[in-house]
Amino acid sequence: MTDVSWIDAVLTSARAQAVAALLRYFRDLDMAEEAFQEACLRALKAWPKNGPPRDAAAWLIMVGKNAAIDTVRRRSREQPLPQEELISDLSDAETNTVARIDEADYRDDILRLLFVCCHPDLPATQQIALALRIVSGLSTRQIARAFLVSDDAMEQRITRAKARVAKANVPFETPSAVDRSERLAGVAAMLYLLFNEGYTAGIAEQGSRAALCDEAIRLCRLLLRLFPTEPEIMALTALLLLQHARARARFDGDGSVILLEDQDRRLWDQKLIAEALALIDKALRHKRPGPYQVQAAIAALHARAQRPQDTDWGEIDLLYGALERMQPSPVVTLNRAVAAAKVRGAAAALAMIEPLAGKLDGYFYFHGARGAFLLQLDRTEEARIAFNRAIALANTPAEAAHIRQQLDRLSAAAPQKNAGLAGRSPEAP
Amino acid sequence: MQYAILCYHDENVVSAWSKAEDEAVMAKLAVVQQRLATAGKLGPVVRLLPTTAATTLRKDREPPLVIDGPFAETKEQLLGFYVVDCGSLEEVLEIARELGAANPGGAYEIRPIGVFNPGSARA
Repeated sequence: MTDVSWIDAVLTSARAQAVAALLRYFRDLDMAEEAFQEACLRALKAWPKNGPPRDAAAWLIMVGKNAAIDTVRRRSREQPLPQEELISDLSDAETNTVARIDEADYRDDILRLLFVCCHPDLPATQQIALALRIVSGLSTRQIARAFLVSDDAMEQRITRAKARVAKANVPFETPSAVDRSERLAGVAAMLYLLFNEGYTAGIAEQGSRAALCDEAIRLCRLLLRLFPTEPEIMALTALLLLQHARARARFDGDGSVILLEDQDRRLWDQKLIAEALALIDKALRHKRPGPYQVQAAIAALHARAQRPQDTDWGEIDLLYGALERMQPSPVVTLNRAVAAAKVRGAAAALAMIEPLAGKLDGYFYFHGARGAFLLQLDRTEEARIAFNRAIALANTPAEAAHIRQQLDRLSAAAPQKNAGLAGRSPEAP
Repeated sequence: MQYAILCYHDENVVSAWSKAEDEAVMAKLAVVQQRLATAGKLGPVVRLLPTTAATTLRKDREPPLVIDGPFAETKEQLLGFYVVDCGSLEEVLEIARELGAANPGGAYEIRPIGVFNPGSARA
């Protein structure tokens, strides 16, 4: 690695902690961000000369804090900044000057920072954009590219989000146990959304958007290091790892989605799968079941099957049943129907999803799965209508292309049955 | 004599590497390892999964206590180890320097091995 790239890696890894502490000092996102930027600039000057400080986050917090205070003073009194030498000399100061901030403070700081970004007052798209800007440090342009909107539109979205957060008055006291677990749940949901932004991207967007999956996993691991005994955070991390493990097998040469059943399982990343299975094992020991644990267990059953026909659909059916009880939702029922089709046949599956038609009429997967069930029952005309409806609702060109393949096979009028989409488990209810 | 080279690094930094950066470091390390293997000096090489996957059994009490996470909460974490067969500490240090050049940051602790049982579990 070159000099600059090690500094980059250290700054990236220290960012969440440093910005979070600066937010606690200044209670203002813009100010915390500016202070961190200033600290980074000074790090780029001081570190190549002096080497990395022992505790990079502490260094950045202290330097950022002092720099921001200087800026405030300068603005109010128009005084010049202190000499650069004074600041450079502080490189070792964290050992003596800075009171060590203990782990518990850091933990609540980072949780607060993440929570601020996914405040319930913010719509989901603003939550993710704000988290990428503030926590991950992506530039507005990078985020705009990931969301396929203009830089200006993204700038506005982030500015609006910051304004709402400022108005929401997130408390800065140490949170109570109840507050903490509520914040944790909100943050977990936001990280899952962030991951799905990357996961649902088509092959053409993989460059800019697949990085969102990596970032979601990085933040999940960070959260898990702060809250090592939370089974739902273990399970969420496992769930993301299991989905990400299939990244290399999910698209063919033309960029079309390859169904779980048709994927080359040798391309699955066994290291990520091993890590995920270890986390699920750890989570289950706590005997505190939750929705992420159930979803991770379902994903693990897919990951454990060496061949598609080895998949334990009966167990998956039961797990979706458990998820339905914990978190009733038509999407969960739809997922369950896909498993039920394997165990009890397409007619049973179709019967399960017909009552959902009203609620899921605008949902791509509903019409895709329904078409596949109808096709298996040789109700080809109805299947065609369902597939056409699915294409109209496809979220990505790859999804549309996949349904079009089903239609093509239908048009080829081959009487053979096709399991098709029934094997598709969105796994992201 | 056999030595363990215990690899410590800040896990936050390592996990912030992109896949490409990670693979580049591994490729550089593989070159050093290949040379050691050819010379018959390389024993097992282990890279551990993140400490978030770790579980600790505290056996200083009865009954022993199971805790989530690694044993020691330190700035740098034990992320893996090598076993090498060398004639002297100087030689191990030279190997560690080469590995360090391929993978900067953190520290290697060099510990002579007392008992080495290669075991029977397959790699």
